[in-house]
Amino acid sequence: MDFISILSIFVLACFIGYYVVWSVTPALHTPLMAVTNAISSVIVVGALIASAAGGSATAKYLGLVAVVFASVNIFGGFAVTERMLAMYKKKERKG
Amino acid sequence: MHEVASTPAWAALAYLVSGILFILALRGLSSPTSSRRGNRFGMIGMLIAVVTTLVLHGTGLVEIAIAIAIGGVIGFVTARRIAMTAMPQLVAAFHSLVGLAAVLVAAAAFLNPGAFGILDAATGEILTVSRIEMGLGVAIGAITFSGSVIAFLKLNGNMSGAPIMLPGRHVINLGTLAAIVGLVGYFVTDDAHWVFFTITALSFVIGFLLIIPIGGADMPVVVSMLNSYSGWAAAAMGFTLHNTAMIVTGALVGSSGAILSYIMCKAMNRSFISVIAGGFGGGEVAAGGAAKADRPWKRGSAEDAAFLMSQAEQVIIVPGYGMAVSQAQHALREMGDILKEAGVTVKYAIHPVAGRMPGHMNVLLAEANVPYDEVFELEDINSEFAQTDVAFVIGANDVTNPAAKTDKTSPIYGMPILDVEKAKTVLFVKRSMGGVGYAGVDNDVFYMDNTMMLLGDAKKMVEEIVKSMNH
Repeated sequence: MDFISILSIFVLACFIGYYVVWSVTPALHTPLMAVTNAISSVIVVGALIASAAGGSATAKYLGLVAVVFASVNIFGGFAVTERMLAMYKKKERKG
Repeated sequence: MHEVASTPAWAALAYLVSGILFILALRGLSSPTSSRRGNRFGMIGMLIAVVTTLVLHGTGLVEIAIAIAIGGVIGFVTARRIAMTAMPQLVAAFHSLVGLAAVLVAAAAFLNPGAFGILDAATGEILTVSRIEMGLGVAIGAITFSGSVIAFLKLNGNMSGAPIMLPGRHVINLGTLAAIVGLVGYFVTDDAHWVFFTITALSFVIGFLLIIPIGGADMPVVVSMLNSYSGWAAAAMGFTLHNTAMIVTGALVGSSGAILSYIMCKAMNRSFISVIAGGFGGGEVAAGGAAKADRPWKRGSAEDAAFLMSQAEQVIIVPGYGMAVSQAQHALREMGDILKEAGVTVKYAIHPVAGRMPGHMNVLLAEANVPYDEVFELEDINSEFAQTDVAFVIGANDVTNPAAKTDKTSPIYGMPILDVEKAKTVLFVKRSMGGVGYAGVDNDVFYMDNTMMLLGDAKKMVEEIVKSMNH
């Protein structure tokens, strides 16, 4: 992919982000931060490539350490979001 | 060796799908009913991204599995155990990990460019455009890391929330930023190790310098801002790797953090620049409080409060960070339940900057089993205070201060506030009359004829009110 196509994807994604995030209800802003945290750990893709590649031992270990950090975030981020979202309940109707 | 530039079509499509699933994850948060499904979409998206990458580059699976397992267990256990009041610290800590991971990935790409497919086929050197992307990625990652560490230490109480003001800090900060930008430019012509690692080191320093002068009251903005940075760091690495999932996610997270910062700034009527410049909520405390300290005010007891509220038709509860500090949310919900049994309408009013991060109060109330349809945002409930019998303010202060509407000299002038003073009676739970809010300004509501001050620890006070309601 050339730079211009990548840039186009990026710019369009920023617009999607803008509209999607404004539609998030303020009551869920904390889960929003937790889940954005989890998904920004998609950087794990880069870490995995570095860990799997031959050629430079240093780069491999840096990659593996990055995999650990990103995994903390992925598992922690999704789990804590799930835990928070499970707490939001509607009024119980009695009778 | 796998060239990233020649990613097979199926893999490119898989990354696109995971990017779309991340969009749906955020989209789900538009309502609590769809939110959990959204979170599942996010998990599936991540799984697709990881599996695709492993299939493409599947060597050294054992070490990778161990690394994922270590991180996964740490993350999962932390997420299960963390107290909801500590959520801002946790989010700051998570941001710092994203930043650090970005730095490590950028360093790995710098040391082993062939594996990332960023070598120029003709010259065997790193591509010019990749150098810029890598330089920016490592800089943003490092700023996110050290900034988040400071934010974590401040939120976690390991470091004072008071702003630390270095002399000449604006000059130092701008100089360091200029040096980073200059070095990223120079990196294009010379990809020596010292250039890359100096960029990294300076970025760690600037992240630290940018956050230390920012005071406790501005933490919601800082946390949102670092959220945004962590997204831009992921996007920059996505550019380096030509990876759609990373670019889409980076753009989403970057915009999300930026919008939250904007909402927080607006809710405090502060400009983003003045927050970044720092120093708010430190020095003025002594000056504001002293002059008005001897005005008359009324003290109430838990019994008085219980009586007033059980006679009311509608009670609006205004929680603030003080409620979180004393863990009063469960007692508060019990009080709400008793009132509802007695036929009183109970509503909760949340100011956007109540708590230490966006939406923090909503989570704490949800944890205490307060139904989310009883919890209202400022603009939805503010007109109701005039028809309300009792406004019950607990652990909030600045967000109820009418000086924001009238006193042009007040540091909080122009900030949207909850109009509690319009209620027939205001019950104000506060630790003592001495302390003032983060902004360091006195609150006229304390001295109104229809205000009753309930002095004491928030949780104990609410428990006493519950006790006398049950009698």
